[in-house]
Amino acid sequence: MTAAATKSTAHSIVEASPRAKAFASGLVILYAVITILPLLWIVATAFKSQSDAIAYPPKVIFEPTLEGYVNLFTVRTRQTPDFIAKLPPPQTWYDKLVRQRDMVIAGPSKVVPRFVNSLIIGFGSTFLAVFLGTLAAYAFSRFRIPLADDLLFFILSTRMMPPVAVAIPIYLMYRQLNLTDTRLGMILLYTAVNVSLAVWLLKGFIDEIPREYEEAALVDGYTRLQALRKVVLPQAVTGIAATAIFCLIFSWNEYAFAVLLTSGEAQTMPPFIPFIIGEGGQDWPAVAAATTLFVVPIVMFTVLLRKHLLRGITFGAVRK
Amino acid sequence: MDTMTTILQPDHATIRGVSKPAKSRAARRVHGLSDRTIAWLFVAPTIALLLAINIFPLIWMIRLSFTNLNLSMSYLPLRFVGLDNFRDILSDEDVWFRLQTTAQFVISSVALQVVVGFGLALLINRQFRGHSFWTTIILLPMMLSPAVVGNFWTLLLQPQIGPFNYLISLFTGVPPSSFSMTGQVSLAPWTIVLVDTWMWAPYVMLICLAGLRSIPDYIYEAAEVDRASAWRQFWSITLPMTVPFLMLAVLFRAIENFKMFDMVNLLTSGGPGSTTELVSISLKRAAFEKWRTGYSSALAIILFVTVFGAANIYVKTLNKVKQR
Repeated sequence: MTAAATKSTAHSIVEASPRAKAFASGLVILYAVITILPLLWIVATAFKSQSDAIAYPPKVIFEPTLEGYVNLFTVRTRQTPDFIAKLPPPQTWYDKLVRQRDMVIAGPSKVVPRFVNSLIIGFGSTFLAVFLGTLAAYAFSRFRIPLADDLLFFILSTRMMPPVAVAIPIYLMYRQLNLTDTRLGMILLYTAVNVSLAVWLLKGFIDEIPREYEEAALVDGYTRLQALRKVVLPQAVTGIAATAIFCLIFSWNEYAFAVLLTSGEAQTMPPFIPFIIGEGGQDWPAVAAATTLFVVPIVMFTVLLRKHLLRGITFGAVRK
Repeated sequence: MDTMTTILQPDHATIRGVSKPAKSRAARRVHGLSDRTIAWLFVAPTIALLLAINIFPLIWMIRLSFTNLNLSMSYLPLRFVGLDNFRDILSDEDVWFRLQTTAQFVISSVALQVVVGFGLALLINRQFRGHSFWTTIILLPMMLSPAVVGNFWTLLLQPQIGPFNYLISLFTGVPPSSFSMTGQVSLAPWTIVLVDTWMWAPYVMLICLAGLRSIPDYIYEAAEVDRASAWRQFWSITLPMTVPFLMLAVLFRAIENFKMFDMVNLLTSGGPGSTTELVSISLKRAAFEKWRTGYSSALAIILFVTVFGAANIYVKTLNKVKQR
């Protein structure tokens, strides 16, 4: 604490010594590097050829190729070299790449429709959850609602249930309603799961907006709804955006409901990725390519959300 | 607040009449909506959705748990069997074994995450240069899809080609193909703990960090004046003041891990044999592979009750932390 004493801030005494800081920074950086290695390995595997991906010893230095990405987006058939020699010359770089492996592209794979499903279900459920959540959160924040605490607990408790257990009756109900393996069914289900988070988070954000603003607006002749739209919502925009990103990440990442309730039409990426197979098991470069494409938006959102992360993961219990 | 608005209501009604005389009758009707009506209009859709998607199916499932319904043999007449399913479950040694496996997983993974997470938080709280950047890096795993994480860890943990075994063999000299992290009875339970910790230690870290930062500096300054040792300061200030936050993290992780399905299903799918068959995986097998709907509904209800109890404690703790 000696060095810190030279500083004249209020923090001086609790400020760690330079040696303590160096020690801490060394350990934390070591942990961060170890923690990020698996992710880097996956990103690298996406650029490996099939044989490099399963080489022993594992290859750190390799010749990068886009084969993994090409395999991810296409369905290929194996042909004899004679057959390939007779074909007209390849039109595109990816045709050429595939033919080097004695294969011919037979058509697009299912990855694009699955990606589109993830986007539609993710954005659809996020929009609904944030819309419903904002209304409910505003009401819980500003009005006296009988049994408010019980209702809020009820809303939260629906998220605590094990997804596999919830899926059993949902499966039966969706079969009756013809919602099995439909995007609408998944959107409704994810909205129900997300709305609990949305209500809790948004209530916290709206609680922080001083009531005086609205009351002034009401005195000025605004109606409640106008005051909500023109005074409260603009103030809550950051909170709403953060909540939306949390909902989007949940829907994007969700696996249990998706694997149990969808099989084709409405299947999203998480249940699809493990089943990207090539000749003889998982096509690791293609799986890694899909994982990379799937994870990149999450990494970007995490950086964007950094300030609100704590709030999001604790249902608004801990703010900074 | 209610009294405030009731006081305001007549006032601003007259003001509105003066300032905006051109308002149509319809607009005035909307304006006329009492706060109570608006409150209910705003809350009702959320409650209705949750009733339709959560509560109605739950009630249906309670009904099914008293039946012998089996979807793979739906030609059988539906018979009410009373509490038979519950009796079968509670007297089944396998179920108890799965619960034990789950408890071991929950306890060891949460304990490890608390040690790693709290340790990291203490280090990061020293505010060294660049700590914010490294914290963000450390936080990444917990934002990923557990299913995708489980899937790519199977590549990393491949006995022959995976980098994990290779690194272990570099440091210990054990041949890399002589052990399999996911395929060996003695190792698989630790593998799921390891991957879960990789993913969720940052979660505990983030919450602990908030706890550490909530401790006002003057307490440490006072301790400094009293010449309390760093060790003493940790045990009498840092730890007790972070405990509520730690509790929150522990409860949340415990509930989440009790429900664990996605990551483990892809990493080991309950194997080898049933060494890592957590209760959720067992439930999925009963409900969606053997199609024993009546039986699995009963098991699901037992899990509900357990989680609901835990959630209750969770919310109470949550409120305590909030009040600070």
